[in-house]
Amino acid sequence: MGMTIAEKILAAHTDAGDLEPGAIVKVRVDVALANDITAPIAIREFQGAEAPLADPDMVVFVLDHFTPNKDIASANQCKMVRDFALAHGVGNFFDGGEAGVEHALLPEKGLVLPGDLIIGADSHTCTYGALGAFATGVGSTDLAAAMLTSHAWMKVPESMKFVFTGELNPWVGGKDLVLYLIGKIGVDGALYRVLEIGGPAISALGVSGRLTISNMAIEAGAKAGIIGADHKTVEYVKDRAQRPYTVYESDPDARYFSVTEFDCSNIEPQVAFPHLPENSRGISETGEVRIDQVIIGSCTNGRIEDLREAAQILKGRKVARGVRCIVMPATPAVYLQAENEGLVKTFLEAGAIMGPPTCGPCLGGHMGILAKGEKAVATTNRNFVGRMGDTGSEVYLAGPYVAAASAVTGKISSPGEVVS
Amino acid sequence: MKLTGTVHRFGNDVDTDAIIPARYLNTSDPEHLGRHCMEDADPSFASRVSKGDVIVAGKNFGCGSSREHAPIAIKACGVSCVIASSFARIFFRNSFNMGLPIFESDEASAEIREGDTVEVDASTGLIRDLTTGREYRARPIPAFMQELIEDGGLMEHIRKRGGI
Ligand code: SF4
Repeated sequence: MGMTIAEKILAAHTDAGDLEPGAIVKVRVDVALANDITAPIAIREFQGAEAPLADPDMVVFVLDHFTPNKDIASANQCKMVRDFALAHGVGNFFDGGEAGVEHALLPEKGLVLPGDLIIGADSHTCTYGALGAFATGVGSTDLAAAMLTSHAWMKVPESMKFVFTGELNPWVGGKDLVLYLIGKIGVDGALYRVLEIGGPAISALGVSGRLTISNMAIEAGAKAGIIGADHKTVEYVKDRAQRPYTVYESDPDARYFSVTEFDCSNIEPQVAFPHLPENSRGISETGEVRIDQVIIGSCTNGRIEDLREAAQILKGRKVARGVRCIVMPATPAVYLQAENEGLVKTFLEAGAIMGPPTCGPCLGGHMGILAKGEKAVATTNRNFVGRMGDTGSEVYLAGPYVAAASAVTGKISSPGEVVS
Repeated sequence: MKLTGTVHRFGNDVDTDAIIPARYLNTSDPEHLGRHCMEDADPSFASRVSKGDVIVAGKNFGCGSSREHAPIAIKACGVSCVIASSFARIFFRNSFNMGLPIFESDEASAEIREGDTVEVDASTGLIRDLTTGREYRARPIPAFMQELIEDGGLMEHIRKRGGI
């Protein structure tokens, strides 16, 4: 019987013979990640066990959510993580000017690789599936257990296969494809299952667009969002990797819960309306929605490719009066690259605000909180009630092209309306 | 172990931002988190809830972030268990890892009403609505997870058994 990529990676990380869907297996973990919100709980539980880290090189801590610290409580949380990381020799500890949004930072640093089994105390850990890894979000206690034992428990999931065919329409990227997919299957459409995403349109996408797609697998309830590694993936990881990696492919006779094909010629730029990512519609069906703020950044769309798209629209144009447009490069390296390419100048001249590499407003933390009744277009991944501020505010999710075009017009707009 | 309490009903797709908004995540103190439990879904919830009460919700309860602050807040405000037709997967594993009992039942989720008194037998998954007299059986919990609950959560499990 053939196996999926997910099954092959799990099999390579367990001694259990039974990989039937639903079986619970003990797996060896390659990378265990936590941030300034989830690490403090993991550390407290770990310290209760009074044992050393099983493998300090496996642990990654990134202080990215409430940093630069927004208040005393978050400063205390970060200090606790910092003290622990130094005392226990956590090599992959990212703080200050080395920190960026974790799910943009880890691929960029070559810390997550094809064939890896990765757990992270952050739901968007599924991002790394774009590199052909099995990556899934867990809670802080799972992380403490991995810090102690290098292992985690895992229920073997079924996979759902999605094949994207055809050519992408203008202004369509990874974000639009994933919003379209979530719109079709719903926020629990892949609950407990793995999304395996492929097809000619995905092969044509760059690694950045694929990371955007896998990032939002959790928004369909999925355990992981895997895209098989190809020559582009290998090109991306080969100079970053500091350890060996394995490329897995699904067998032709692998078993899937379902196989669905989407023709990209039917997919226009997407916008997910409040208050669920599944409320996506084509840009031609959005009607007139006036906005107060635009956020371009986050682990979903804060890479250099995303900033280039936004800059392409904003170059020589102005952010509409009354709209705050905040651009947050996801990592220091992305920021530097944007500076070197002249994108930062483009953004500032357009009247946008440049923010530091932080999660900031994505989770309603700081640096761009919405007032009651305000509406924002964001390249982030969640538009739940109160996600970016007051419970009476609204978040519309879109890709960088639509976000930038909306910043120029002051209402949700197709890039085609702005660029002739 | 029998859990008995008054039912508070919520709908489908209750997300972790509704259970405990991110603005309170600059701490992980249970008591503080408990005071803001469900605040963005029902601002009066934390002040109305009594010890032992039960949350009954629709599908995909706990979707969104991986924050363990969500089951911590629910436990800390006094809720004894959650019944839903399905749970988001990270919330599901967090609940077992932390020892918050959760039960999946489509019928119980659909029929039990706000304000009913229910009694749940945590070991068998038998749910009795004492107000209406109806009984429901929750989907069986895999043996490994029963072990986790018996051991008092994942860390206790590791301590007792020397590994996962
Ligand atoms: S950018 Fe947003 S979604 Fe990504 S890790 Fe930060 S808070 Fe989470």
